[in-house]
Amino acid sequence: MSSKIEITNLNFYYGNFHALKNISFTIPENQVTAFIGPSGCGKSTLLRLFNRMNDLIEDIHLDGEIKIDGKNIYSRNTDLIQLRKNIGMVFQKPNPFSKTIFENVAYGLKVNGVKDTNEINSQVESALTKAALWDEVKDKLNKSALALSGGQQQRLCIARCLAVRPEIILMDEPASALDPISTAKIEELILELKSKYTIIIVTHNMQQASRISDKTAFFYLGELIEYGSTNQLFTAPKIERTQNYITGRFG
Amino acid sequence: MIKKYFEKLQIALLAISSMITTVTIFLIVVFLFSYGIKFFTNSSIEKGYDIVVHESNPIQKLSPVILQQIFDQEYTFWHEVGGNQDSLEILHFEDLPNYYTEEQIGAEFELVGACITDYLSKHPNAITIIPSINIDSSFKGKIVEVASIKFTDVFTTQKWFPTSKPIALFGILPMIIGTLLVSFGAIVLALPFGIACAIYMAEIMKSRWRKYLKPTIELLAGIPSVVYGFFGLVVIVPIIKNVFQLEVGETALAGSIILAIMALPTIITITEDAIQNVPNSVREASLSLGASKWQTILYVVLPFAKNGIITATVLGIGRAIGETMAVLMVTGNSAIIPNSFLQPVRTIPATIAAELGEAPFGGTHFQALFTLGCILFLFSMGINLYVNYTSRSKN
Repeated sequence: MSSKIEITNLNFYYGNFHALKNISFTIPENQVTAFIGPSGCGKSTLLRLFNRMNDLIEDIHLDGEIKIDGKNIYSRNTDLIQLRKNIGMVFQKPNPFSKTIFENVAYGLKVNGVKDTNEINSQVESALTKAALWDEVKDKLNKSALALSGGQQQRLCIARCLAVRPEIILMDEPASALDPISTAKIEELILELKSKYTIIIVTHNMQQASRISDKTAFFYLGELIEYGSTNQLFTAPKIERTQNYITGRFG
Repeated sequence: MIKKYFEKLQIALLAISSMITTVTIFLIVVFLFSYGIKFFTNSSIEKGYDIVVHESNPIQKLSPVILQQIFDQEYTFWHEVGGNQDSLEILHFEDLPNYYTEEQIGAEFELVGACITDYLSKHPNAITIIPSINIDSSFKGKIVEVASIKFTDVFTTQKWFPTSKPIALFGILPMIIGTLLVSFGAIVLALPFGIACAIYMAEIMKSRWRKYLKPTIELLAGIPSVVYGFFGLVVIVPIIKNVFQLEVGETALAGSIILAIMALPTIITITEDAIQNVPNSVREASLSLGASKWQTILYVVLPFAKNGIITATVLGIGRAIGETMAVLMVTGNSAIIPNSFLQPVRTIPATIAAELGEAPFGGTHFQALFTLGCILFLFSMGINLYVNYTSRSKN
């Protein structure tokens, strides 16, 4: 199993707040890795470091290295746009643009300079198909994306990030705002996508993590407490705090 | 027990103050419209006077505009105004002593009727004005009917001669066009700067600098408008005069520039708020797809903030339309329909401010200014309703 992302001695600060403490681990390619832990443990912060989304926040500071495909993404000559194009992101709440369904998916292609209409059309269709949404929306591509249901909107957001053909997909609690049926669809989708994409998912839902992930990392107060295969971590955790968390004794 | 009554008293006070406010506003509107509508019951002819011609003259009725042109000697024949082929003569009332002695006219002008009858019999083609009081048994002639001012007249007449005698003209079209032109120019100038500034403040500027810039811009709204007018008169007007090689620099353009500066704080503040209200996750979604910061602003943030930007624009126009002092000082105030931004114009509020002092209380001119006020009020109300409508449709 080749590693996709390598994190070495990572420390991250918001102003004076030490949000991530000396974290080192590697994330494998074409697998689903789940980040679990109580609120404020730093799992979302870490996720947002992979596509440098935290750059938008003022007064941050980072030590250590994050390497994707062997390249340190925090080095000075990183092409931010190329990096982000390569890493899709799905957010907690569905956040389609106030555009049509078609434009939502085509947006990523257009801003990346794709002009050929046929190319855009076929990419949009293939992305919507991969996101298991094509059959539901193929007759209303020119309707506003905001008219879709929450679950459909979230799958549209997944299609939107698939359209630019990323290698990694970051998901920040993608199903937390959805009903059980929509959640099931999203989970199914994640399992289908993992053969082609490296997926990292932040979740508060233990069952979800155990159902869909291959590897799980447990964070607590900015530290990586335990990292291993999901099976091992949920059935035989090595550390007592992990045990307490996954059995619901705190958090 | 006392506490309970005290609380009731407080609530009553609140109710009373809100009632007073509402009733005051309502009364002002009623006052405005009562004078404004009364205007249309007037005739353009000076109060207490009538227009008369010889009994043989076929003319029955003349419109205020044509009458005014007749007394301006723009016509030489009656057929030009719908009469017979005879040439047109004018007797100005003040010239009467040239033809008749003081004894003939009478010490108290009581014999004017007879004099004019005599004059008309000698000059059957003449038209003149006569005090209504002198239309007595000694008078023989035909009173020409002058239509009272119609609602459509004020919008179609292109001349504003509120004090001209004997016929006053109340065409408010030049003022409406002037107001719209100056406001339109202001918004065209203010919008690009305002939106650019708002984008910079909301999206690019570090928050520790924004902390200082935003109150500074809001301070711009607090500068008295007469100061802006003074600035415009001393700085902008000469610049326009020199740059465009004009004889006078007081132009619509000067008004637009000053109004643009005055509308900027409104536009910037509201647009900035609208951009700040765009959820961060939408911005992040765009960036995470590999869009640049500028693409994100242009294609995602601005469309999302569209309603707020429209509101800002409309409120900016509202500020511009109602502004009085600064515009009065820099636009030159000639009541003609302008062909370009480089001509003097007169706006509705400037007209009211400039002329109310010299209009006799309760007279036709006075009421005409209230009609202007009504039109301005309807403009502003339309704008406010539009803002309400768009902000409601957003929710």
